[in-house]
Amino acid sequence: MSLTRKRRRLYIVLAALLVFGGATALVLTALDENLDHFRSPKDLIAEPPAPERGIRLGGLVEEGSVERSADGLTVNFRVTDLTESVSVTYVGILPDLFREGQGVITLGNMRADGTFAAREVLAKHDENYMPREVVDALKASGNWRHGEELSQ
Amino acid sequence: MIAELGHFALILALLTALVQGSLPMIGAARGDAAWMALARPAAVLQLVLVALAFAALTYLYVVSDFTVINVAENSHSAKPMLYKVTGVWGNHEGSMLLWILILALFGSMVALFGANLPPSLRARVLGVQAWIGIGFLLFTLLTSNPFLRVFPAPADGRDLNPLLQDPGLAFHPPMLYAGYVGFSMAFSFAIAALIEGKLDAAWARWVRPWTLLAWVFLTGGIALGSWWAYYELGWGGWWFWDPVENVSFMPWLLGTALLHSAIVVEKRDALKVWTVLLAILTFSLSLIGTFIVRSGLLTSVHAFATDPERGLFILILLLITIGGSLLLFALRAPVLKPGGLFAPISREGGMVINNLFLAAACATVLLGTLYPLFLEAVDGSKVSVGPPFFNATFVPLMVPLIFFMALGPLMPWKRADLAGVFARLKLAALGALAAAGLTLYLREGWPVLPAAAMGLAAWLFVASLVEWGGRIKLFRAPLSDSWRRARSLPRAAHGMTLAHAGMAIAVAGMIGASVWNLEEVRNLRPGESMQVAGYDYRFDGVEQIEGPNYLADRARFTVTREGRPVAVLTPEKRLYPVQNMPTTEAAIHTTGVSDLYAVIGDSDGRGGWTVRIFHEPLVPWIWLGCLVMVLGGLVSLSDRRLRIGAPKRAKARPDAAQEPIPA
Repeated sequence: MSLTRKRRRLYIVLAALLVFGGATALVLTALDENLDHFRSPKDLIAEPPAPERGIRLGGLVEEGSVERSADGLTVNFRVTDLTESVSVTYVGILPDLFREGQGVITLGNMRADGTFAAREVLAKHDENYMPREVVDALKASGNWRHGEELSQ
Repeated sequence: MIAELGHFALILALLTALVQGSLPMIGAARGDAAWMALARPAAVLQLVLVALAFAALTYLYVVSDFTVINVAENSHSAKPMLYKVTGVWGNHEGSMLLWILILALFGSMVALFGANLPPSLRARVLGVQAWIGIGFLLFTLLTSNPFLRVFPAPADGRDLNPLLQDPGLAFHPPMLYAGYVGFSMAFSFAIAALIEGKLDAAWARWVRPWTLLAWVFLTGGIALGSWWAYYELGWGGWWFWDPVENVSFMPWLLGTALLHSAIVVEKRDALKVWTVLLAILTFSLSLIGTFIVRSGLLTSVHAFATDPERGLFILILLLITIGGSLLLFALRAPVLKPGGLFAPISREGGMVINNLFLAAACATVLLGTLYPLFLEAVDGSKVSVGPPFFNATFVPLMVPLIFFMALGPLMPWKRADLAGVFARLKLAALGALAAAGLTLYLREGWPVLPAAAMGLAAWLFVASLVEWGGRIKLFRAPLSDSWRRARSLPRAAHGMTLAHAGMAIAVAGMIGASVWNLEEVRNLRPGESMQVAGYDYRFDGVEQIEGPNYLADRARFTVTREGRPVAVLTPEKRLYPVQNMPTTEAAIHTTGVSDLYAVIGDSDGRGGWTVRIFHEPLVPWIWLGCLVMVLGGLVSLSDRRLRIGAPKRAKARPDAAQEPIPA
């Protein structure tokens, strides 16, 4: 009787080790490859990342920088932390809350010519809300103006 | 006046909860029947008081009383009445009040319908419920009071975020919360059983319906949220692995595991300690789900504005609840006697496999969601974990789960014969091959992996039907005989078949959505057309329209296929002037097997408009599958054995589910 109970427990433990071991292996390989690193424009210029590295570039959309190309689809704008700025290219429909002077996060890769190719542009659902990462980046560049419309 | 009344009712509810959480517990420890009996009227009184507070807040929203900060910040006099009412829970304070209302509702249901629960267990369950209530009432009263006044009162309110002004989202939070809070019942029963030191099949019979009810709500809530994201955000996607989605998905995964392990406790008196742990963890994840996004710890697309004081309170609350219950578990779990034995290959063994995969999947989602927090705490670097991570970890864990899901229901309790099970699955294997073959035939480029995945979905679907067919001897006995068997089959059996088949349908939808989704972005002038997946979209132009509280550019597309008209799509770009906020309204036409999805973007100022067309094959099946799963849960809930007030009667009834399954 006690042997059977022990054996049953052994089977369960073995199955658990197998499943959780497999899951751990999956997690470890996936974590290595699939992280997007947050960078401010200052970081990107100081230390340009490899083109294959997934980057989340965050900052403010520079005033007067948004340009649409002749095809009507490609949009160029500059993302700034008010110290440095990076030129971003995006093809597609911008989010509803995308505006000049507003906080924005773009996902994509740095190109060799120093411009950023965005495959996704995120602006927050709530216009009073500033992405926390952007707030930190502005603080780091010394351009955080507390209590203005930027604050939450 | 009404606001003060609501505030006062909430304070009284807290006092009632204090009584409910203390005296009946002491009574249960001392065996004092009078003190234990106090729990029931206290639970009902608490519901009445919280309902009063909720009604007061709703009234304030309906009459647009802008002297109350909460109303002024989240409502507007010009808002449609439906969204005035749903706006009550469209903000942090109001949603907390809703949470407490649902908690009180569940508590009073135990008080009213739990007549044949042992008095000490009932007193303890209600006591634990009251503890949870105390935590939330304190949190609301001290940091998130919705009844505070503002002076001078503004002339009009700041309006509800227009994205939330949508019928789909209006009912998403209550359903999600009913799911989260529903798991508090399993939690309370688990804690009560640990205190009591006794856990038997009857316990599982009481826990199951509550868990099932919570699961039904959570499934519905998640599906509704995902549907909303699909049609409202205009991104064409239905799941983004955003933290706020993940935190609702984790309790679902563990809750599903709990649902299954509770069956083993009920039928076989085994896996008791594990089930108690699952109940604790599921509710802990529900608490995390309620709070983590709100506390501002994780950046999410839909976080409410945050407040550090709340974050600290939340952290303490989580620590006490989760830490305390796990400590109690560690101390008291050894008291629970180990139960029935089973061979590794058996129904019980199948449930263990189910639980292992669901728990592992939940762990990967938890890790992916919290990893950015860990990393930032460790070396300050900011990363985000995106969909590729979850696709690479979660999906491989689901594949074996779905494979085994087909086997489980066919295996008898205690000991099963694997060869016999596979013999009964010939039809399912045939179905899988047919689905895979069909996929290869219909799609160009020899898509091996998608074909295998569709085969897997078909495997589960057919296997679920085979099991059900076997029970009622479909095509083996005269149809009238099968009909009679189907009618006498317990509702829970029908429910399981529906839920498993619904899962198969949803999985097929998810595969279709992630593999064959087409997206085409163009700049079109009125009169021009574009072709996506064999459909022609003619852009007829854009007109300005005026809604009740918004202005919109409405585009018109005439969709044809080989010259035959299919649909007219009218996507909009709205502007809500009160918050000066633009939103996108996608236009969707469904053919049943795919969605045609159109979004209108900005004008280029030279007569052209950015247009985005998606072709989304099989996407409607995702929600169809969820609906079938919910239906399965409801059918199962209607089983008299699971009826909350009737476990005793069911005991005396011959149990059809325990008959050996005919091979």
